[in-house]
Amino acid sequence: MSSGIKDKVAILGMGCSRFGERWEEDPEDLILEAYRECITDAGIDKSQIGAAWLGTGMEGQGVGKSAIPLSIALRLPYIPVTRVENFCASGTEAFRGAVYAVAAGACDIALAVGVEKLKDTGYGGLPQSSRGTLNDMYFANLSAPGSFAQLASAYSAKHGVAQADLKHAMAQISVKSHDNALSNPKAHLHKKLDIDTVVSAPLVAAPLGLFDCCGVSDGAAAAIVTTPEIARALGKTDLVTVKALQLAVSNGLEAGHGSWDGAHVTTTRIAAARAYKEAGIREPRSEISLSEVHDCFSITELVTMEDLFLSDDGSAWRDVLNGDFNADGRIPCQIDGGLKCFGHPIGASGLRMLYEIYLQLLGRAGERQLGDPKAGLTHNLGGWPHQNVCSVSIIGRADA
Amino acid sequence: MASILAFGAYIPRFRLQRSIISAANAWVSKAPGALRKGSRSTANWDEDVVTMAVAAGQSALARQTVDEVWLASTTAPFVDRRNSGIVSGALGLNEETTASMDFGGSQCAATSALISALRTRNRRVLVAAAEKRRTKVASTAELTSGDGAAAFVVGDGDGLADVLATAQSTVDFVDHYRAADQAFDYVWEERWLRDEGYRKLVPKQVKQALGEAGVQPQEVSSFVFPAIGIGVAEMVAKALGIRADAVADSYFDDVGHCGVAQPLLMLAGVLEKAGEGDVIVVVGFGQGVDVIVLRVTARHAAHDLANSLPRQIERGIETGNYMRFLSHNRLLEQELGMRAELDLQTQPTVMYRNRQMLHAFVGGRCAKCGAIQFPKHAICVAPDCGAEDTQEDFRLAEMPGRLQSHTADLLTYSPDPPARYGMVNFRDGGCLMMDITDAQESEVEAGAAVRPVFRIKREDTRRGIKSYFWKVAPMVEPHGERT
Repeated sequence: MSSGIKDKVAILGMGCSRFGERWEEDPEDLILEAYRECITDAGIDKSQIGAAWLGTGMEGQGVGKSAIPLSIALRLPYIPVTRVENFCASGTEAFRGAVYAVAAGACDIALAVGVEKLKDTGYGGLPQSSRGTLNDMYFANLSAPGSFAQLASAYSAKHGVAQADLKHAMAQISVKSHDNALSNPKAHLHKKLDIDTVVSAPLVAAPLGLFDCCGVSDGAAAAIVTTPEIARALGKTDLVTVKALQLAVSNGLEAGHGSWDGAHVTTTRIAAARAYKEAGIREPRSEISLSEVHDCFSITELVTMEDLFLSDDGSAWRDVLNGDFNADGRIPCQIDGGLKCFGHPIGASGLRMLYEIYLQLLGRAGERQLGDPKAGLTHNLGGWPHQNVCSVSIIGRADA
Repeated sequence: MASILAFGAYIPRFRLQRSIISAANAWVSKAPGALRKGSRSTANWDEDVVTMAVAAGQSALARQTVDEVWLASTTAPFVDRRNSGIVSGALGLNEETTASMDFGGSQCAATSALISALRTRNRRVLVAAAEKRRTKVASTAELTSGDGAAAFVVGDGDGLADVLATAQSTVDFVDHYRAADQAFDYVWEERWLRDEGYRKLVPKQVKQALGEAGVQPQEVSSFVFPAIGIGVAEMVAKALGIRADAVADSYFDDVGHCGVAQPLLMLAGVLEKAGEGDVIVVVGFGQGVDVIVLRVTARHAAHDLANSLPRQIERGIETGNYMRFLSHNRLLEQELGMRAELDLQTQPTVMYRNRQMLHAFVGGRCAKCGAIQFPKHAICVAPDCGAEDTQEDFRLAEMPGRLQSHTADLLTYSPDPPARYGMVNFRDGGCLMMDITDAQESEVEAGAAVRPVFRIKREDTRRGIKSYFWKVAPMVEPHGERT
């Protein structure tokens, strides 16, 4: 029986670049921007880093393959550096590698960096690339919005929610994130929206319109982790520790068996249940202070509230309209603007979410600071609802 | 001689009104009134001769098997790759025992193939014919042509129609031609085709065949003559002494002339309505004349009513969109967006290893728990099973299903936006996220009934290869379900 990761590793420092259309920067510049903030926050010297992980999803449009780009960008002193890719969970995977290395005692201090440069494609939306030789021969001609849009279609059918009502709730999700991002200077999008604008926006993949889709951004984020003992020895008093790191990966059941209803994400439920258990959380609705979830599309955030057991099945659309996940709601979600407005540089996103929770837990979130949060949850969903990787992580105050 | 045992016809769902084509081109050439009426069938962007032949073949076979698959066309997608072999694979026929052959080179290809099949003993042959011609903008052929396919199962035994006689001639009469390196036909004067070709060459062969059959011209119930030109078939029938009401419907009003497939398509239409004892004369014309005289037997009613030609014509959708037609036939230098630039190779190694999956749509059924799953896998996907090496081949090509979810995607590149796709739950189990084709918006909803269709998955114009896979199309009428 594994003892889990709870409180074995502390976050020593974090950093995050400004997200957006960073026309003037190469991905290596973005890595540096996040790293400098991170190492300053950690208060250590580069020579103290024992190992590093790089998360990036679409290396063809960015830094290229392998971990070499990170080692060069930071002139790391020939330490072990590993590149990880696991769709939109890549940033969290880098973090997981670093945390596990520290927990295993393989090194005292480890670095995780996530980066993505998505705006060198010449078009909006995610870059297109091969999905594998055989997959390309039979996968439907699906895009990210088109695959997630089907959550709405199946959700309406399963729960008997009128499509217009659902679209309205989805719009509220985007409006909330746009409101939140106004107080986040690093966010990609700073624009107040109203429901009508969201509902009447041009369609991207029915029923998702333009404002149901998250920003496609350039950006990087970083974390330095160590043991709580070393952190204290380095003079840190307010410690944020890792409470749970879980990952669930589809095995073909949702995509090929016929038993999945298409209205929820199987992996999220599995990863969330495991994460709550690992963190010792019995009542997520009262014990989770805030969440940063994978709102690649508005409907994803909506069903994720149910999949994380923060809403009852078939009720998230009502809870959303009720303001439960607004900044002043019962469990604020995307207080930094989320993927929707902070932006979604794939490999950086998982670390960006952790960055926001980390700031909130330490009371360093400025204008958007929530009152006394104890623990926060991050969630990444990579792939498509019918076949994906899902990470659920929980970090919290060491004393909580 | 062998008999006709079964048949099926296929007309693509989309139509383009001739008035729209002629209006677009009136500034350069005004089409005669007769050619401005009705609609022509237009294959969807993901259809070609192979896919249309598969559709007609599925209808004809209705899960029977054959020993050989013959495909007749002048517009088959490959010049050096066995097109009939792709059809055979998609029909799920046994690779190790099925022979296949391509016929082409003339508008007689289908009738010649049918005659050869009828002369073949002890073999059951599927003769499929299909045509999808690219025609020049503002040409007459653009107005008169249609896209379509038909397929006949021929073999020994009790058939729907028996052969009374055949006749064939070879004459290098060149009313039109298409050189091997040319995209389009070169066409000579229609009046010469009518007077020196149809009116002189055809009656000679028909008389010979009727004489051999011992049938008087006035006894002919149906005269299947795929002539190009209004009133030509009637003119030739009259000269032969065949009754005017025996002239078979050419489907000009709704389909157009489907080239090599035209005589077989017309014959399918005749057989759908035929009565016992009817005498049918089928003519092929192309650098010679083919004639087949058939007598309908008492078993004529056994065919695929759900997919009868009138039903397919009824289900047609008039697009009213000439630009779309030009685009799908690659007759435009068009901005497709940067997403269309994604360059994906079609690796023959991958295609070959997975040909049962990709072309025959074979998934797996676990012998232990019965779960149907796609793709077939060494380990059962059912969570409470997980048995290893228990899966048997399970073909999904004829299995209807229902849409669990769907979308209309305007972001991803599609030659026919929006790209529609959705999660299909198959009737007997298993599911797959599939492209949806031939659909109107109103037909795509959660719970909608769909059926698999063999289509072009993607076209690599740079390397000149199409790859094929199965999509789903809406089942427009519930009684169209045939499994």
